[in-house]
Amino acid sequence: MLGLTPEEWTAVALSLRISIVATVFALPLGIAAGWLLARKDFWGKTLLDGLVFLPLVLPPVVTGYLLLISFGRRGPIGEFLYDWFGVVLSFRWTGAVLSCGVMGFPLMVRPIRQALEAIDRKLEDAASTLGANNLWVFLTVTLPLALPGVIVGVVLCFARALGEFGATITFVSNIPGETQTISAAIYTLTQIPGSDAEAGRLVLISIALAFAALIASEWLSRRAAIRFHGG
Amino acid sequence: MLAVDVEKKLGAFTASVKFHAAGGATALFGPSGSGKTSLANMIAGLLRPDRGTIALDDTVLFDSARGIDVPPHKRRIGYVFQEGRLFPHLSVRQNLDYGRRMSRQPRDSEDFDRTAALLDIGRLLDRRPSMLSGGERQRIAVGRALLMRPKLLLLDEPLASLDAGHKREILPYLVRLRDEAKVPIVYVSHTPAEVRRIATEVVLLDGGKVVATGGLELIKDADSDSL
Repeated sequence: MLGLTPEEWTAVALSLRISIVATVFALPLGIAAGWLLARKDFWGKTLLDGLVFLPLVLPPVVTGYLLLISFGRRGPIGEFLYDWFGVVLSFRWTGAVLSCGVMGFPLMVRPIRQALEAIDRKLEDAASTLGANNLWVFLTVTLPLALPGVIVGVVLCFARALGEFGATITFVSNIPGETQTISAAIYTLTQIPGSDAEAGRLVLISIALAFAALIASEWLSRRAAIRFHGG
Repeated sequence: MLAVDVEKKLGAFTASVKFHAAGGATALFGPSGSGKTSLANMIAGLLRPDRGTIALDDTVLFDSARGIDVPPHKRRIGYVFQEGRLFPHLSVRQNLDYGRRMSRQPRDSEDFDRTAALLDIGRLLDRRPSMLSGGERQRIAVGRALLMRPKLLLLDEPLASLDAGHKREILPYLVRLRDEAKVPIVYVSHTPAEVRRIATEVVLLDGGKVVATGGLELIKDADSDSL
């Protein structure tokens, strides 16, 4: 199909796997961070806010380098993960999950935070008078009302993860079958004279995936809107 | 029986309120800004008094001296808010069921049907709150509070957001509620005509203080306005 070579299919499948896993891991953390930033005042809030949004403004290669020196085998966190859990991130697809997740995280947190800030707190009060404890209020009122923002956050994070290049290639390099995503494969092909057709095919796939993500988010948001306002 | 004796600084003045509500329908009656809604929030547990006690039947809900402050979800007080506060993402049926589900009570379709009939909301069950009129919304809010089987029903100006026509429409339901649903009612209002229709006892509030307690004779004719 589409005349893709097995290597190219591998890159597409790997990109999808990395982006999906990164988004799945980022989601609970993104909801937690969005909630903390929207609802709580605590010491170090500005720091957390800055830390979450830093990957958005830093050059991706800097983020990748910071990940490398902290999560690499000899980095403090990387060493800990290996010694205690046998987990290796550097030069593995799991490392690409981390870098893609970190890069997508700010794009996920922002809409979730805004959605949480927009919720009428009086509805939560009403739920608590009806017998719901804090956890149930969050699960049955807060989270469903924030759902449109959560959907936007998921799609943006997924799309960012799919397009991630700089941080990932710096952190986990460009190993076919392990860390070579669509973006990295395109980059490799552009370095080889006469590979325009191959690069073009991957570019088209990249565009198609981005469109599919946008259409999916539109559709999901509309469904959420219908749930709230009646169809 | 509800016994309240609380003090709370509210902006410019300090509310200091002491009263008993024995049963039936007790109106907390007073002009706007006399601290009525704050008082209702303190009874429900949404606002913490600076000091004092609140007790419902044999349960102490709040006692500053003993450090007791039962959270709202354990107070079993059905609170009907001025603006209804129905959950927009749930259907009318799910809204009505919410309190029962959250307080883990078994499904009781007889109770559900009886309440739906009392408030005449049976044909609205599958709608979303956004598809309801203001009067319908308030009836659902009353039903939702009733179906959690509260020990006390607390209504805070439930008609304030409605136009005159809808007020006339909903008042008879509240009167039926008082007579048929054996739950003590605390009714917060600044409208004499409403209080006259619904209340059996009156607590007169002004400037955050109780000025008088008694029967409907406290609602003077001069205060009367038509609905």
